[in-house]
Amino acid sequence: MLNIEKLTVKYGGITALDSISFNVPEKRIVTLIGANGAGKSTTLRAIAALTKPSGGSVRYQGEDILGLDAQKVVAKGISLVPEGRRVFANLTVMENLRIGAYLRKDEEGIKKDRKWMFEMFPILEKRSWQPAGTLSGGEQQMLAVARALMSRPKLLMMDEPSLGLAPLVVKSIFEIIREINRNGVTILLIEQNANLALKTADIGYVLETGKITLSGAGTELLDDSHVKAAYLGAAKK
Amino acid sequence: MIGKIFRNNLTSAILVIILILLAIVFYAAQIGHMEGPVLLQHLVNGISLGSLFALIAIGYTMVYTILSMINFAHSDIFMISLYFAFFSITVFNMPWVLALICVAAATPLVGLLIERLAYRPLRGAPKNSVLISAIGASFLLENAATYLFGGRPKAFPDIPALTRVISVGSVNFQVVSIVIPIITAAILVILINFIHHAKTGVAMRAVAKDYEIARVMGVNVNGIISLTFIIGSVLAAVGGFMWGAKYPGVTPMMGVMPGLKCFVAAVVGGIGDINGAVIGGFILGLGEVLIVALFPGISGYRDAFAFVVLIVILLVRPSGILGSPVAEKV
Ligand SMILES: Nc1ncnc2c1ncn2[C@@H]1O[C@H](COP(=O)(O)OP(=O)(O)O)[C@@H](O)[C@H]1O
Ligand SMILES: [Mg+2]
Repeated sequence: MLNIEKLTVKYGGITALDSISFNVPEKRIVTLIGANGAGKSTTLRAIAALTKPSGGSVRYQGEDILGLDAQKVVAKGISLVPEGRRVFANLTVMENLRIGAYLRKDEEGIKKDRKWMFEMFPILEKRSWQPAGTLSGGEQQMLAVARALMSRPKLLMMDEPSLGLAPLVVKSIFEIIREINRNGVTILLIEQNANLALKTADIGYVLETGKITLSGAGTELLDDSHVKAAYLGAAKK
Repeated sequence: MIGKIFRNNLTSAILVIILILLAIVFYAAQIGHMEGPVLLQHLVNGISLGSLFALIAIGYTMVYTILSMINFAHSDIFMISLYFAFFSITVFNMPWVLALICVAAATPLVGLLIERLAYRPLRGAPKNSVLISAIGASFLLENAATYLFGGRPKAFPDIPALTRVISVGSVNFQVVSIVIPIITAAILVILINFIHHAKTGVAMRAVAKDYEIARVMGVNVNGIISLTFIIGSVLAAVGGFMWGAKYPGVTPMMGVMPGLKCFVAAVVGGIGDINGAVIGGFILGLGEVLIVALFPGISGYRDAFAFVVLIVILLVRPSGILGSPVAEKV
């Protein structure tokens, strides 16, 4: 569904992404793991057209989408759950969801999807008239996911959804990720929490200082000795 | 329900204004300098000036909310609108309502042009660069107006329908002094409803918070910014037209002082908050008129009033009356 080919991103003189290539097959969960500063967010930002790459190609459903405006990218069905949630703190939960569905015109469909969101995240329904800034971290993460889903994406990109959340909340976020995927949404998940990410994903890639160094099935990478040493902590089972 | 009423900024804004009004009236009655009808007359004038300030202050605050910048050219957009009004009526012989509509339609073009040429190319540039560009745009408009229209004041044409004096009991006031608050109130109701309920209005608030994420959600950020300038310019144009009717005399530099006061009004009310701009506008407008009325001896200092209020407010509440303490935008 998404084919990244030799994608290179530079910030001034620093090369953040050095010719990386990877694929996200339809209906799968693909994860990109890596340490802080490896270039994970940059990858998503480049796909979402927030950062201009200096080379390479991004093909989505066979079409080159590199150079498209960010708006056009959402319109094509790619949606982003940004790093650090970045909900609109001054908007209510309802209004956040409304912005998520900004490009849609099918009022009926929007209503249905909102109902789906409230089934998946009942707490959001309770908080629907509250400004998003008054939600807890976990609730804001749920809202960020729900907001992204309101555009009815075919591909959902998530940037470290577990960051800074309590272990119990993290677990439920990953369950939600599976559920979203069961509903037919392809997922590109970025994580530092390699253990949970690899257990959840069908395919994993390891990103190290702007290069992809390893790839394979999620479970395969879990057993890889390098991954074990570098990302799972040597003591892990 | 009750909680909701009190959380509503507009309600608290109106309460504050009523309290200030009562305090002033009470004070005036106490010192016995003034008879009821005269005081009422000053109140009408104060409310009308306050409404004009509010209209212009909203433009400052809206642009600040979206771009975190002070649009110094706003005061000159106001000035340009007065020239547009002047020419619509004197050269094109338009009836005043038509002229008002034309001015409200033409002035935003100037606002849009400035945004396109002076601000948009600097998107993402350091804030100081944008600030300098804004000051440059302001000077450019002032000097262009001087070059094109001359520095000598032009007499704003008399609009009898607006300048006619009517008497209610022993209170005399111009029609325009009543028309201004009514138009302002109508515009405010429409604007606040738009911002809180229309999809584009919600998007506007989203862009103000985080334009990058708004863009990822499909919002046309540049379109929203343009719209903000259009709204600000329309309000300045309506204010300018009414200003001309009430205080005839159009010069290229005439925007400077009202612009400065309205910027102060926006800061006093809490920059970034439309209700704050309205409260600030009313405090400054009413205050200026009433202080001059109550203490004619210091009327020469009327322009200083806004800045005294600014200093006091900044000392007591640095983020303004309605501003949240965490005003710094990242
Ligand atoms: N806006 C930016 N300007 C300059 N350098 C940046 C910028 N954003 C990220 N970088 C650098 O690019 C590298 C990759 O960053 P990022 O993609 O955010 O990593 P990750 O998400 O994996 O933590 C880092 O070295 C970071 O310092
Ligand atoms: Mg990151």
